[in-house]
Amino acid sequence: MKLCAACCRNRYKKLVKRGITLSAKTYRENKTAYFFILPAMLFIIGIIIFPLLYSVYISFFDFNIFTKHPPFIGLKNYMDIFKSDYFWQSMGRTTYFTVISVGLELVLGFLVALLLNQEFKGRSFARTLLILPWALPTVVNGVLWTWIYDPNYGALNALLKSLGIISQYKNWLGTAFNAMNAVIVADVWKNTSFIAMVLLAAMQNIPKDYYEAAIIDGASRLKNVFYITLPLLRPAILVAVVIRTMEAFKVFDIIYIMTKGGPANGTQVISYYTYINSFQYSKYGYGAALSYIVSLVILIFALVYIKILYKKS
Amino acid sequence: MKRKPLDEFFLYFFAILFALIILAPFYWLVVSAFSSKAELLSVPVHWFPEKIYLGNITKIFQGGLNISGGEVPPFGTAVKNSIIVAGVTTLICITVGSLAAYAFGRMNFFLSNQLFIAIIALRMLPEIVTVVPLYIIMKKLCLNNTLLGLILVYTSFTLPFVIWMMESYFEAIPVELEDAASIDGLSRLGIFFKIIMPLSLPGLITTAIFTLLTAWDEFLFALIMTSTYQAKTLTVAISEFTTRHMIDYGLMMTGGLLSALPPLLVALALQKYIVSGLTSGAIKG
Repeated sequence: MKLCAACCRNRYKKLVKRGITLSAKTYRENKTAYFFILPAMLFIIGIIIFPLLYSVYISFFDFNIFTKHPPFIGLKNYMDIFKSDYFWQSMGRTTYFTVISVGLELVLGFLVALLLNQEFKGRSFARTLLILPWALPTVVNGVLWTWIYDPNYGALNALLKSLGIISQYKNWLGTAFNAMNAVIVADVWKNTSFIAMVLLAAMQNIPKDYYEAAIIDGASRLKNVFYITLPLLRPAILVAVVIRTMEAFKVFDIIYIMTKGGPANGTQVISYYTYINSFQYSKYGYGAALSYIVSLVILIFALVYIKILYKKS
Repeated sequence: MKRKPLDEFFLYFFAILFALIILAPFYWLVVSAFSSKAELLSVPVHWFPEKIYLGNITKIFQGGLNISGGEVPPFGTAVKNSIIVAGVTTLICITVGSLAAYAFGRMNFFLSNQLFIAIIALRMLPEIVTVVPLYIIMKKLCLNNTLLGLILVYTSFTLPFVIWMMESYFEAIPVELEDAASIDGLSRLGIFFKIIMPLSLPGLITTAIFTLLTAWDEFLFALIMTSTYQAKTLTVAISEFTTRHMIDYGLMMTGGLLSALPPLLVALALQKYIVSGLTSGAIKG
């Protein structure tokens, strides 16, 4: 999700400081403040807090929208999940997707940022290009790559054949292993931009004198990258990677569009597994329990993220 | 620093490679949207269409039969739905969220810190955790298949984000301004509308863009909450081109291009705001 990116690390610093920064106003403004936050709190309670609690309730039942009184089954949904091979396989695929796509995005994003940080003709045009894949809706990215991968008329097959790389058209989404990697390529094409934009902005903050001083001391360009750029970029890299990891772990849209979890469940990631259990098999209780487990994993990343932000300030 | 000719060569080589990799899929999206069926399904591929074909655009809006003989879903309705849902969601979130963000940023009240931390925690939750309960709740309230239902659901994940973003913009405004205004007799609400809102316009724009794009691109909730064309959004309409027996790629690319144009144009026009919003969290400090 795009929102995530724009997070602000100053938050925690401010929270800590709040007592001090607002101490000019030692009196409390409960009434005015509650008037200001009331509309937002009504929304939050109604459409977030209540559904969250309701979801816990659902997860203890053999819940089905058609039955009037679903039987209470305690933790059975959770037990069933942990005993299910499909669940563990989906977790494995999600981990594979996350590690490979975020890893590639980081390496490529760093290289792109390095490139766009150099001075050359057309640099501002190149930087503008960077925002295009980011702004392309994920669903459109999915249909576009499905068409590019088409086994009979696809552009990729045509391109690779005319370059002599393949002798026969391939069905890129035809086998489990190929399909997963093909989806990863589509994801990397779109999401490398985010990491590149964050790292490029961080690179622009590094004073030029650092590099000049190092060069006078006889350092090579490559050494500059390893001993100046990378260490100073560490916080930005961490933040970008954690944000992307949280997003990649809940990947759904592109899987639904490109493969629907197939072939042979080869791309059935955990969000898709939750989706089919909840909305195709109508096992709402099981789905609710599943979504809690997914959230727990993502919250672990979120904690890491918050910790990085907190540490920096 | 002068570069060696070899370095110069590699620099431009990679710059051109980068541009090609970014642009090639976009080129194909546009070309496919303006190619006739015969040209799309020709082997070898027509990299440059012989004729610019506008049939897909008229067909997608007029409806009719697609390749497999099924009906083309009413695309115009989906466009309208997406505009309404994204627009109203953004409007609600910006209004309601800014008010709350101002209180969190500036006022000292009972449980203020605890509530704010709770909102940050909610913002981190993946959307999937509320998919099942919201679906059941909306169904019970008969709000599934309605735009209102979608707007409420979208607000559930954009509102905490807006509060979070706006709080930081409000905090950056010097408190002295407000003190002066309050001495002049302005109420809190007056200060908020006459001083704070105009001063935080860049922040408002950035936040509104991100909210708009998120709502415009949203797929999972739209897929689950809508089953009739009256409420389907663009993303769902596009996904349906692939569920037919045979895929009409020309129509699909046309639909994709049309729904990608608004976010792409917004991103190009307001690039400065987006980059600052994206990177504010990661680099300042």
